[in-house]
Amino acid sequence: MSLLDIKQIHGGYGGMNILNGVDLTADRDEIVVIIGPNGAGKSTLLKAAFGMLKINDGTMTFDGEDITHLRPDQLVGKGISYVPQERNVFPSMTVLENLEMGAYLRKDDYSRQMEWIFELFPRLAERRKQQAGLMSGGERQMVAMGRALMLEPKLLLLDEPTAGLSPLFIDQTFEQVKAINKTGVGILMVEQNARQALHIADRGYVLTTGRNRITDTGANLLANEEVSEVFLGG
Amino acid sequence: MIDFLQLLVYGVVLGSILTLGAIGVSLIFGILRFAHFAHGDIMTLGAFSALAVVSLGLPVLVALPIAMAITAVIAVVIDQTIYRRLRRTAPVILLISSFGMALGLRSLIQLIFGPNNQVFAKGIQMPYRWGDIVVKPDHLLIVGGAIVLVLVVHMFLSHTKMGKAMRAMSDNVDLAAACGIPAERVVMWTWILAGCLATAAGVFLGMDAQLHPVMGWNILLPVFAATILGGIGKPYGAIAGGMVIGIAMELSTMVMPPVYKPAVAFAIMVAMLIWRPQGIFKGQA
Repeated sequence: MSLLDIKQIHGGYGGMNILNGVDLTADRDEIVVIIGPNGAGKSTLLKAAFGMLKINDGTMTFDGEDITHLRPDQLVGKGISYVPQERNVFPSMTVLENLEMGAYLRKDDYSRQMEWIFELFPRLAERRKQQAGLMSGGERQMVAMGRALMLEPKLLLLDEPTAGLSPLFIDQTFEQVKAINKTGVGILMVEQNARQALHIADRGYVLTTGRNRITDTGANLLANEEVSEVFLGG
Repeated sequence: MIDFLQLLVYGVVLGSILTLGAIGVSLIFGILRFAHFAHGDIMTLGAFSALAVVSLGLPVLVALPIAMAITAVIAVVIDQTIYRRLRRTAPVILLISSFGMALGLRSLIQLIFGPNNQVFAKGIQMPYRWGDIVVKPDHLLIVGGAIVLVLVVHMFLSHTKMGKAMRAMSDNVDLAAACGIPAERVVMWTWILAGCLATAAGVFLGMDAQLHPVMGWNILLPVFAATILGGIGKPYGAIAGGMVIGIAMELSTMVMPPVYKPAVAFAIMVAMLIWRPQGIFKGQA
């Protein structure tokens, strides 16, 4: 059984369903990427996995436990961390305080995890006393990922981590995602930079109108002519 | 010049009191996203709780922490029994309910303690004189007490886990939930902190003049003005806001009758809302 197992999920924000029966699995040793056109429900699927959606049908399990109707604050203690696309830092707080808030649920000594995050993002180590709200978009993304990693999650959900970043930061972010995954943290991410994301992905899901369209390995999806033409812009 | 300096003293005293009220209003707004209209009456409640303790024969400074505890508990109870049920509705409903709470609290206090002016200590305090400037010992106590409390709040917000969680929730509620920060516990601590500060503000106000069931309601407008001036939801801004409003209100009596003091606070508040609704300080905080 997979770490995260989503089966035939239907759900939305109260009104009409946005997800109309999606299946998805993710494991600790893989990077899974969700791509698809605007409005396909990519980010919505990620939010569903983090308990931010009203689920009307279908089931979700995490680590063998039913999580279909759990809230974010209940899920975060079970080993799922979520990085929203926007508003993903505490702007008035310093880098260090942001990381401390990420570790809020920890009662043990988390200094080693913090050191590891500073190794992964050396830029944050230089700026640990800086207010997160005053940092660049790329730096804020690092703060956001660092914050989400403080609880040593089994699965990290990333909503468009490279959105709005310069090409240099985009490459760097993908490298960091790979590095995080190597330490045994499963990655499930939604990406606009689909071609680049599929290059580092073990598996990819193509969604359209809230349904699975194509599911395959990253390499196969890149080689797939239909995917290439329709979803990767030729 | 003497007038000016003397009024400055009164302004700093009033500013200290406003600051303590405004920090609470700002914290509550930051966490719960509504303007707490009953805050003035929480101050009154704090002052009269202290009066009840003083009437047992204890000095005011001993009565203050006891009154803080009483008021904090009542504030938490009000939140848990009334505001909590309304949190999922529109913020305006919370605002109106706090207005009702203000009326209720005031009437209850009047019912118990009567409608007359009361004092913590009878008799006249010998003031200190520096040249022609007069400072009462109580004034020093009020300003000193406010400084100590502001420092305590600062230490709490910047150095404790709960204090940081409050700032985090005030910054971004959804992200705080995503971190597993327990919202209800943070809300409870917010009421405890705001209740304690309001008690100090009420007691200091009663020391400076007299206690009256409407004392808190009368000062609510300047407290809101101070909160807005400092940038609503920014507790550190409330300190500067309180001082500016307090001093401006007292200095205004040089050029206009004292009855217009609240109007000065109101005018500053309106001007701020028009030209700088985010408060005097730039950026996020």
